[in-house]
Amino acid sequence: MMLKQKDFIDLEGLTDEEIYGILETASSMKDIFTRSVKKVPTLRGKTVVNLFFEPSTRTKSSFDLAAKRLSADVMSISKKASSVVKGETLLDTARTMEVMAADVVVVRHSHPGAAKYLGDNLQAAVLNAGDGPHAHPTQALLDIFTIWDKLGELKGKKILIIGDIAHSRVARSNIWGLLALGAEIRLCGPATLIPMGIEQAGVKVYQDVDEALKGVDAVNILRIQLERQERGLFPSLREYRYLYGINKERQKSLKPEALVMHPGPMNRGVEIESNVADSKQSVITEQVANGVAIRMALLYLLAGKEVKHEALA
Amino acid sequence: MKLLLKNGCPVDSRNELPEKVDILIENNKIVKIAENIDENDTEIINLDGTKVLPGLIDMHVHLREPGYEEKETIKTGCEAAAAGGITTVAAMPNTDPIADNPATIELIKARAQEALVDVVPLGSITKGSSGKELAEIGFLSRSGVKGVTDDGNPVMDSEVMRRAMEYSRPFDLPIISHCEDLNLAAEGVMHEGFYSTKLGLKPIPAAAEEVMIARDIALADLTGARLHIAHLSTARGFELVKAARENGIKVTAEVTPHHLTLTDADLQEYNTAMKVNPPLRSVDDRDTLIKAVKDGQLSVIATDHAPHTYEEKMGTIDSAAFGISGLETALSVLHHYLIRKGNLDWNQIIELMYYNPAEILRLDKEGLKIGSIADLTIFAENESWTVDTDKFKSLGKHSPYNGQELTGTVKLTIKDGKIIYDNRGGQGELIY
Repeated sequence: MMLKQKDFIDLEGLTDEEIYGILETASSMKDIFTRSVKKVPTLRGKTVVNLFFEPSTRTKSSFDLAAKRLSADVMSISKKASSVVKGETLLDTARTMEVMAADVVVVRHSHPGAAKYLGDNLQAAVLNAGDGPHAHPTQALLDIFTIWDKLGELKGKKILIIGDIAHSRVARSNIWGLLALGAEIRLCGPATLIPMGIEQAGVKVYQDVDEALKGVDAVNILRIQLERQERGLFPSLREYRYLYGINKERQKSLKPEALVMHPGPMNRGVEIESNVADSKQSVITEQVANGVAIRMALLYLLAGKEVKHEALA
Repeated sequence: MKLLLKNGCPVDSRNELPEKVDILIENNKIVKIAENIDENDTEIINLDGTKVLPGLIDMHVHLREPGYEEKETIKTGCEAAAAGGITTVAAMPNTDPIADNPATIELIKARAQEALVDVVPLGSITKGSSGKELAEIGFLSRSGVKGVTDDGNPVMDSEVMRRAMEYSRPFDLPIISHCEDLNLAAEGVMHEGFYSTKLGLKPIPAAAEEVMIARDIALADLTGARLHIAHLSTARGFELVKAARENGIKVTAEVTPHHLTLTDADLQEYNTAMKVNPPLRSVDDRDTLIKAVKDGQLSVIATDHAPHTYEEKMGTIDSAAFGISGLETALSVLHHYLIRKGNLDWNQIIELMYYNPAEILRLDKEGLKIGSIADLTIFAENESWTVDTDKFKSLGKHSPYNGQELTGTVKLTIKDGKIIYDNRGGQGELIY
């Protein structure tokens, strides 16, 4: 399995073969987790720079751990600790990383297109760890990996994504990835949080959660940010919870094998009830573990192209 | 000083001329137009059948001086105009200080005296273009402004806009309105639709423009003012203007070459040279606007030339400034994408970029006629060139057409009977 492109910015344009190739690579990475020494020398001598211009605990630590498990040297720069606060541009900061011989630059930024911009301007491979509401391909891949791991091939599977689609990079990347694999995608949320023209992507939009939940194989519940309510996009968290929250009652309408997913961090009691989040159908903690495997796979595919596969053995 | 242009194909929608003519210029005027002129003691240029147009007018240009000379100066902006075959530009007042007072207008006029093309100053509607208090529109009129506008900002307060329209009417100044509801546009950076959704970029709905067009039309109806809608970009906006005109309301509107040729899909590569305000709209919007200019239902094509520095346009779409340099590509873009494909003809160009803007700004322009000031644009339809923003005369080096090959190029620009831009050798030489 090889990646055609230098950078990994989004899932749009990838074929099912390419996506399954990444999932299979992630699968072999996951095997490493079960060893007593959870580390391989695959990326020894390689440098991975985590450039996080936006606060992130989960994604950043997941990338950190993934790089370390592959024995790469890891350097992490956050916005507060960088010269960005002194007015340095995104490109200058990244170039500084590059002259420090970074092989992969992992970037998280609040502006859509920031990762592509860096990729277009740097020799190093750029791995998108989330660019505004545009894309979060590693999160989408770990979601897809989790479904594939539990339920097998994605073709024909019905996946519901519920919540703030308009501001969600997770939703957008999931849509492209799942469509490439032949899944059926449903979206549901307040009309103010469904972005214009999304149906053109080939998805179906539901207003009624109970209708949307019928017959799904997985429901991916997105985090609701309080800020959206303050901006007048919905009237109250109370109403949101009532109209769109996934509670035990709604969970009952799911098929027994259907998965409950959430990219985290969760607002327990808002978009998801605790007893749903902690139920047997929930794969939320597995998603986190799979995230490390997916990120290992992508770091390997981007930085370790010339590294012999035996190194994984 | 005499200049004889031989074998040119004149384009003038309002003066009937033979297919091919010779034009004799003496001092700053056209003194003779005939199928064959023999004249001694004169410089003769054989145009070999290239188009001869009256020097074009761009009624929407940001010259940035005073205050933002790092983006553009009156000198460089006028050089860019000359290179684009444009001999008159209207200068938007969003300078620093804002052109809301006669002193700033006098400064602009003084600087413009040394410039290659004519600069028509516009004043602001409100003090500091803040949308709150009326600027001294009477004094501005006396100092020579030909219209008032807060361009760059809308006048959000409807009462202020109403009073501006009423107050400016006796001065016969058009109110040039930047129609944008800032609450609806919010922090948006591109047109709201499938592509903003796909790219995750903050959207600006078409309605942000349309509700303000509707409001301003209602106010123009109420006050009898002459309303000119700047950079109209949506299909429904056009329908509103059309209906208003049919009802006898004095409203005109302009559209830019980029809104006639590009769409929101062109932002897919996150190219900041596609970031403009109003944003590039949908295919339907673009096609409606093309039809509107073709049918003569929109009055003006203007570039909204809005140059910025490299630093202001580098980086992500979110961080980049709105605006592009349009003067040097306008005519070639219109020729390449519209005239060549039969969507516009040359006579329509002359209406849209000469007679109509002259009428709106009350400029005395008579076209290709004996006795007229010899402002001329010579355009070679069959010569191709590749847009290279590094070679722009404008200090603003951002164009969505950078790297594209365009068919048709400005060969010569003549101002007051004198060649000010000579591209016959392909070097694009400016002549002071």
